[in-house]
Amino acid sequence: MSNAEIADDRKFRSLWGDVWVQFRSHKGAMLGMIVFGLILFGVTLGPYIWTTDPQYLDIRAKNTSTILNCFLTGEQIFQCFSDPTSIKYYDPNAEELVRVKLSWAYPLGTDQLGRDQLAQLLQGGRVSMAVGMAAMLLSLVLGTVAGVIAGYFRRLDGPLMRLTDLFLALPLLPLLLVIIMLFRDTLRGMFGPETGIFLLIVFVIGITSWMQTARIVRGDVLALKEREFILAAHSIGTPAKRVISRHILPNILSPIMVSATLGIAAAIITESALSFLGLGFPSDFPTWGRLLFDGTTYISQSPSRVIWPGLAISLTVLSVNFIGDGLRDALDPRIRGR
Amino acid sequence: MLNYTLRRLMFTIPTLLLISFIIFLILDLAPNDPTGNLPLTIPPEVREKIRQSLGLDAPMYIRYLLWSQQFFINEPLNLLNQWFGWCIGDCEGRLRVSSWATRSPVVDLIAERMPQTLWVVGMSYVVGILIAVPIGVISAYKQYSWFDQIGTFIAMIGFSVPTFFTGVLLIVIFSVWVPNDSFFWLPSIYDTTLEVVDWDSFMLQVRQMIMPVMVLGLFNAAQISRFMRASMLDNLSQDYVRTARAKGLKEKTVLLVHVLRNSMIPVVTVIALGIPQIFGGAIITEQIFKVNGLGQLLIIGIQGADIPLVQTLTFLFAVLIVLFNLIADVLYGLLDPRIRYE
Repeated sequence: MSNAEIADDRKFRSLWGDVWVQFRSHKGAMLGMIVFGLILFGVTLGPYIWTTDPQYLDIRAKNTSTILNCFLTGEQIFQCFSDPTSIKYYDPNAEELVRVKLSWAYPLGTDQLGRDQLAQLLQGGRVSMAVGMAAMLLSLVLGTVAGVIAGYFRRLDGPLMRLTDLFLALPLLPLLLVIIMLFRDTLRGMFGPETGIFLLIVFVIGITSWMQTARIVRGDVLALKEREFILAAHSIGTPAKRVISRHILPNILSPIMVSATLGIAAAIITESALSFLGLGFPSDFPTWGRLLFDGTTYISQSPSRVIWPGLAISLTVLSVNFIGDGLRDALDPRIRGR
Repeated sequence: MLNYTLRRLMFTIPTLLLISFIIFLILDLAPNDPTGNLPLTIPPEVREKIRQSLGLDAPMYIRYLLWSQQFFINEPLNLLNQWFGWCIGDCEGRLRVSSWATRSPVVDLIAERMPQTLWVVGMSYVVGILIAVPIGVISAYKQYSWFDQIGTFIAMIGFSVPTFFTGVLLIVIFSVWVPNDSFFWLPSIYDTTLEVVDWDSFMLQVRQMIMPVMVLGLFNAAQISRFMRASMLDNLSQDYVRTARAKGLKEKTVLLVHVLRNSMIPVVTVIALGIPQIFGGAIITEQIFKVNGLGQLLIIGIQGADIPLVQTLTFLFAVLIVLFNLIADVLYGLLDPRIRYE
């Protein structure tokens, strides 16, 4: 059998096809991708399906419980589907039958002003996701530019890496809090209450999280620069700009993609933490972190108000981390194909 | 080694000065007015007097130099005076960095809050390490076993679920759902006025520490156990392990004496590097459980626009980061004889 025949037996394989095959074999990553896809689908298209206005105040229906509570009250499960509003259950603390506020109009209940929690959760997810993506993009661009320049131009390596070290030595969470506290009112005045705070939060998260990407990219660029194909590109007179865009950037795509996934997770957590500390978005412009923060005040009356947004944040971050894990394995040629 | 440590120490001084200047610059460039929170009924000329009394009319570089003098020279001298009774220079009339809100010296405020933070944060780190090391060792020794799979999954959850959700979830379970008189009920608010005098108050202290310590501890354990596992795996496949087994050493000796000691080297540095981050993470945990530690002091300072307090605290966090980076590097050199800094 000649070599040509052996080659013919194989299926045609592309690089990204191999990556996809490897990625699919990582169960956690696949599950993460499904969950993340569902959440993304829910927050982008959800508000068109569940059309209740998240800001509408139905004050009569305030503090409605989650419909799930109906199924926990005992034997009246069928009544939950037909008429949940008339359900009473025995409260061991008060030692009497009490009526719980339940309604299919508000499956996740309402807050103390009668705003629908499901609609708020969907709307809040939109903002949280948008902040996560935008901040990740900003930090990715900053990190890649700094890393490529530091790795490619030797004269700028020292100063840029010292700058990276300096940023790594700054206490980030306190500084984020301080910056937001100090610049919040000015930006609100300039761009309006919602856009202003959005821009501020994306900006501060972006400029405080680019350092890891920059370090990884610099290391890879330094190694790539010594390779023959870069030498060949130089020797036929390719200018530096084109060497970077045509030869270097495509080869460092995999670490950039991995840090992109991890960046989304980190940005969502940071935004939620800021909102949780009361220094993020205002209460009438909900994000998951803000909903969680507002819910903690009413934690003993309705624990579900903190559980749903917390679960949303955790599931998103968990699924993104699993995707990152799978991507790292799939993009590593030493692991791929074994 | 000593030479290297000294050189690094020398290098940290300009770094810290630069960081303190950056923090000062951020606070100073901010467009808001420190007297903005005062009542609107104060007439403008009085407001101007207040600004002058806070020293805000001086140019920026003078204020920075004054702060540096107060923080780097006066405060250490004052500490010497308080601790050892040594009096250098003017002991009574020395200017100290003072908070705008409480008018008391910032360093005293920090010293008041420090024990609570150290207790909760320190305990959580110790608990985290105690959980993480055995899990890491077993997961690596039985790689791909069910224990390893579950450990990996729980670690993934551990560092994906943010502390502000685990904390709130624990409160929902142990303070809201569990009845008040049950043995498993835990207080959701950390009471700092509690004094440990007898067994009952000691038990109360333990009960109120369980939740904050577990929240931070689990988060730390998730990260450290991953490092421990990776480091053990690196060492288990090395030649000296085969030699030790070939000599006929007991498996316990091989694992716990030969492999564990060598695997701890990178883990110790990771632990040292993680300590400053823990202080940052404690800001959130302290806010959830109402521990009146450093994190809460920072939040109060930020909400009240208390610039000297915020600046000093932020700078202290930066000092921690730089210091523990140095400690990690030196420890690495001390523990691993293959590494020699020149």
